[in-house]
This record gives sequence, structure tokens and C-alpha cells, in this order.
Amino acid sequence: MTEETFRGEPLRLALLSLSALCVLAFAVAVATAIGDYDIPLRTVFLSITNKLGLSSAPLSRIEESVVWNLRLSRALVAALCGAGLAICGAILQSLLRNPLAEPFVLGVSAGASTGAVAVIILGIGAGMVSLSLGAFVGAFAAFGFVALLSSGTTTGPSHTILAGVAASQLFNALTAYIVTTSGNAQQARDVMFWLLGSFGGVRWPEFQLLLVVVVACLLVCILYARTLDAFTFGDEEAASLGISVAKVRLVLFGVTALMTATIVSMVGTIGFVGLVVPHAARFLVGPTHLKLLPACALVGAVFMVLADIASRVAVPQQTLPIGVVTALVGVPFFALLLYRARPQS
Amino acid sequence: MSVVAENLVWGMGKKTIVDGVSLEVVEGETVGLIGPNGSGKSSLIRLLAGLRRPRRGRVVIGGRDVSQISRRVLARQVALVQQNASTEMNVSVLDVVRLGRTPHRSALSGWSAADEAAVATALARVGMESRKHQSWPTLSGGERQRVHIARALAQQPAILFLDEPTNHLDIEHQIAILRMIRDLKLTSLVALHDLNHAAMFCDRIVVMQDGGVVAAGPAETVLTEGMLKAVFRVEGRVGRSPYHQRPHIDFLVD
Repeated sequence: MTEETFRGEPLRLALLSLSALCVLAFAVAVATAIGDYDIPLRTVFLSITNKLGLSSAPLSRIEESVVWNLRLSRALVAALCGAGLAICGAILQSLLRNPLAEPFVLGVSAGASTGAVAVIILGIGAGMVSLSLGAFVGAFAAFGFVALLSSGTTTGPSHTILAGVAASQLFNALTAYIVTTSGNAQQARDVMFWLLGSFGGVRWPEFQLLLVVVVACLLVCILYARTLDAFTFGDEEAASLGISVAKVRLVLFGVTALMTATIVSMVGTIGFVGLVVPHAARFLVGPTHLKLLPACALVGAVFMVLADIASRVAVPQQTLPIGVVTALVGVPFFALLLYRARPQS
Repeated sequence: MSVVAENLVWGMGKKTIVDGVSLEVVEGETVGLIGPNGSGKSSLIRLLAGLRRPRRGRVVIGGRDVSQISRRVLARQVALVQQNASTEMNVSVLDVVRLGRTPHRSALSGWSAADEAAVATALARVGMESRKHQSWPTLSGGERQRVHIARALAQQPAILFLDEPTNHLDIEHQIAILRMIRDLKLTSLVALHDLNHAAMFCDRIVVMQDGGVVAAGPAETVLTEGMLKAVFRVEGRVGRSPYHQRPHIDFLVD
């Protein structure tokens, strides 16, 4: 890279973010237009501006209601989930210096689903709040389990990954145990669907909570962006650069656990986004976290909205679990990344 | 700024790795740390750099106990170059050297002229300024080591600890790096395997064996035939090089 192209970097980044935002807006619009019956993009646009008080176009009340109350909230929740999971993946990959790290691998998602399933099937409390609470407790239980298993060791990040694998196995087993022993057939089906992720049923209250959590967590992560860069060569190098490694780990693991728990409690477990998106984003903007984290948020959001569209149009009259789509799309994409990243000799 | 270790003891589990080490590196001095594999050199360096907390004893840097100094303040005074620190990230040389500015910057402060100057000086010092945009995976072992040293210099420390900085390097780069360290106006402690290099480039030599310091002083007094046999289990004859007037060891084999 020459000096000149390096100086042109801010412009390139600005253009890249702007185009990503446009793509995201367009994807959300398309996601809102497509459904059991299609609504023209123009109607989608006008319904939104009507609701925001920017226009007063005469539209069918039903279409307006479908756009605003059902589809737009769903698309925006999908975008926030994608952004949140991608940020979690980027943070965990950097902190643990492992390209495989993401909330799934560390068992946080498994813990969250155990908690939620316990609430659904064992009926501890009722309604949305207790389901979220269950997922929260589960996510932090898994987090604590991993922290406990990997604490006090100097063997480093691979130990944490192994602890995460153990946590995943344990919590998945607990989930399966609860489902098989306590559930009736209908409940088991509901749980299965939820375990693979679903945006069905999310509305504005979910969006509001998620918006607060994801934006707040993203801001915290951006404050820690430079600190994350210092982990490039590992914990000891970070420490010798003046980073309080234990404190940073605690804060950032806490943030990822919070985001994962919130997301899983609303839409179930959605795999692969946290794994693939950070790699794609690194490919686009490089490994510096001040650029990488916003890029992950944007790419993750676009990816999830597109995956949600695919989940609704792939099979006529049916909606596929979102986790199925992210895996089916994500794996070939991941293979492509691996192929491109192979050592050039 | 000087470094003083007072009766340091540290270990993992029941095994004591650093056992009662006391030493002093005076301001501006380059001290070589030698000893067989497993004698505790790396652990001692980590203790001195404040990365490990000693079980007993203390490290005093510039008159202050290291355990009383915050990580960030310490990182502005002390830099460490570890053995083979690597990454799978596709970072550039410039990215890595810029990491050295971490302790000087707050979370949101911009990139200042002082940061830029420190990075440029550090890159020039190791002769990598023309390759600052090259990516880490494409660098050779010697280049990576030079980039790490540049990163450490960008911290603008008063004290530099280096753990076997010449490992895996060819002889040209070994000598280039050691000359550079000698010529830096920093207090430095360098763990080395090559005893002749230690004799050539260090003001004083500290010898470790089984976690303790068994000899310390100028190369002339430390590098003796008895020490070579007792510590390194080799036969050698110590003479004086007719070229640089420093002690020189010839190793004897049957």
C-alpha cells in the first residue's frame, strides 16, 4: 500500500459505511415488503413516513398495520440481532485470540437456551419477562461456569475454548433432559423451533429493549476498541502495554454475555453469525477494532435481515428457522473465506 | 531509571522457579542474563516487568515498588519484548508499532503529533520505515523481532526487557539487534543464549542456575572456566579477543 492510498483511507471508510447503511435500509425495506402477501416498496415507504408523521398518504389500514406492527419491527429486530451477535463474535475472537470463538462455542448461547427452556417447559413464572430472565440466568451461569473452569490457568485462550465446549455440552444436555422428561409433544416442537431461532412474534417492545442493549454494548465495546487491539499478541503483551487484562476480560465477557442473553431470550439461538461476520468484516476493513466493530455491526445487521428474507421465501407457505438459513448460507461463505485466506506460497 | 530486585521468589504450583533472586541494573546499563534452559530467565524477566506478582520479595523501578504502580503508568516506563510473540491477524508493521502508544493514549484521544513522532523514530531505529505497510504474515523472523523492538521503543520506555531477542535469527540480524540494544540509551536487561554475544555487547552479565543468581559482574569476572563447567556443563577456555578486546570463549569438544 502506498502513502497516498493510506491517506485516502478515511474517505474509503466513509463511503463503505454509507453504502452499508444504504444496503441495510434497502434490505429492511425489502424484508418489510415481502411476506404472505407482498406489499409494494412504495407503500412500505409511505406507511413508515405516515407513522412518523412525515406524510399523510391515503393507504389501506391493513397494509399500513402489517408494515408497521408486524414486518418492520421484525426486520429491525433481525438487524439488531445480527449486529449484536457479530459484535460478540468479534470481541470473543480478539480476546481469546481464536478465530473460532463466538457465543455458541463458549456455551453462552447454550446456557441461555437452557434457562429459557426451563422457563417454557417447567413453567417457572409466565410470560415474556420470565423467559428473558431464564435466558439471562442461563447465559450468566454458562459464563460463570466457563470463567470458573478457565480461571487461574496460565495456559491461555485455548483453555477457555475447551471450557466453553464443556459448557455447551453440559447445557445442551440439560436442555435435552428438560425437554425429554418434562415436555409434551407440542412443547417439544415449540422448543425445537425456538432452539433454531425465530423472529416470529417479535414486536416493538422487543425492538426497544434490544436497541438499548445493543447500542449501549456497542458503545462500551468501542470505548475498549484500542484495548482490544492491544490483545493482538496475547494477554501478556496486552499487560505489558499497560492493559489490566483481568478487568478488561471481565467487562467484555460481561458485555457479550448480556447481549447474547438478551438476543437468545427473544429470538432463540442463531448460529454462525458471530463466527462468520467478523471474518468478513476483517476482510473488508482490516483488524483494527475502531473500524472492525462498527463494520461487524453493519455487516451482521445486513446479513441477518437477508437471512430472514431467505427464511420466509425459500419454501412457499413456510418459514424456515432462521438458524437453518444462517448456517446454510454461512457455511459456504465461510469455506470461501478459508479458501481465500489459505497461506500463499 | 534503575531496576532493583530484592529476594524475588516465584513459582507455579509447588515448583519454585525463581528462588531468592536479588539484582540491580543501574541507569543506562545493558545487562545480559544468561543461564541454561529452565534456569528461570523468562520468569525473572516477567517478574521484573511486573507481569507476575512475586510470592516474596519485591521489584523496585525508579525507586518505586512495581506492585504499587498502575499497569498503565508502568507501561510508559517499562517495555518488554517477549520470545516469539506472534499473531494470526493480518496486521501491518505500522499497526503493530502503533500498539506501543497504547499506554500513552486514552480511549478516545486522537492520534497526536507526539504519537506519530514516536512511531516514526522507532521504525527508523530498526530500519523498517520503508516497509511499514507490509503485513505481519509476510515478515521473516528477524523482521518480526525488529518490529517488536520498534513497538517497545514506541512506548518510549526508560527500561527495556528483552527475552532472547536473537532467537531463531541469522548471525547478521543477531548482531544488528544486539548492537542496536547496546547503543540505545536505555536501561536494559537482555536474556541471551550466546555467551560470546553476551560478552561482546553487555556491560555486565548475570548468570542464573536453578532459579537463583550464581554470578554477576563484568564479563571478565563472570565468564570463567569453572562457571562454564558448573552452570552450563561444558568445557571451555576463556581468552580475550584480539579484535574487540572482550572475553571470548572457545568451547572444547572431544
